[in-house]
Amino acid sequence: MTGAETVPGALLTGAAGWFFVVFAVLALGTAIAVVVAKNPIHSALFLLSSFLIVACIFILQQAEFVGAVQILVYAGGIMVLFLFVIMLVHQRSVRETVAFQHQWDIALLFLIAFLLPFLYVLWTERFPVVAPNPDALRAVRGRIAGNTQAVAWVLYRDYLLPFEVASVFLLVAMVGAVVLGKRSAEKVD
Amino acid sequence: MTITINHFLVVSFLLFSIGFFGVLVRRNFLTVLMSVELMLNAVNLNLIAFSSRLSDLTGQVFAVFVITIAAGEAAIGLALTISLFRQRRTLNVEEASSMQG
Repeated sequence: MTGAETVPGALLTGAAGWFFVVFAVLALGTAIAVVVAKNPIHSALFLLSSFLIVACIFILQQAEFVGAVQILVYAGGIMVLFLFVIMLVHQRSVRETVAFQHQWDIALLFLIAFLLPFLYVLWTERFPVVAPNPDALRAVRGRIAGNTQAVAWVLYRDYLLPFEVASVFLLVAMVGAVVLGKRSAEKVD
Repeated sequence: MTITINHFLVVSFLLFSIGFFGVLVRRNFLTVLMSVELMLNAVNLNLIAFSSRLSDLTGQVFAVFVITIAAGEAAIGLALTISLFRQRRTLNVEEASSMQG
């Protein structure tokens, strides 16, 4: 579908490539808006749109299951949590405050100095050419069955232990969040 | 337009550095947490790109685990935010400096 066999090392060609360019520009734009917006509600809404755009990029890369999980968990779960907490701690005076801490200009300088060598290396690095096989992302025991089935086949067989550990982690996180969010019995002066 | 792995790496790294800047510089603690979520998103993008390049599902399974851990960490961070707000009545990270120095 993506014609990746004609150019060695290409992941997306043609129209899909232009879709990626649009999604990438939108993702970076909304990410900058998250960091720059003064109102935390605006930041939360820009973050939500950033999650949806990154999910679109995932689906473009034949990772449909991860894209769906991203929308369900991030956009549907984590952002709801964020919006609830913003509602609980919202103060009237939040609009007049400055968005950045006092060292933001030095931090920006250091960030750009840190960014440029990495960007150069990442842009010019040549990885060994591997023949792409998009059917491997959808195949279950040799038959094409879909990305979700393929991920489930790998997740519940080869990665069963990390899966169970992840569920214990979620239990611990839930208990911890409830304990941390409780009102303490004695007042702190 | 031919997109190679290098395009994905550059976009993922730029997203990560934007989130990194947000963690370093924002005053509101909630926005700091949102910038952490941006960094995790960038890592997921990287994992999915390599998974597609190497035709290996391991990257996608890893990305699912990263999303799981991000959900748990967001819950704990938000509970901490509520606790901080109840004690100090502020979300300004510069004012939560009683352990400084």
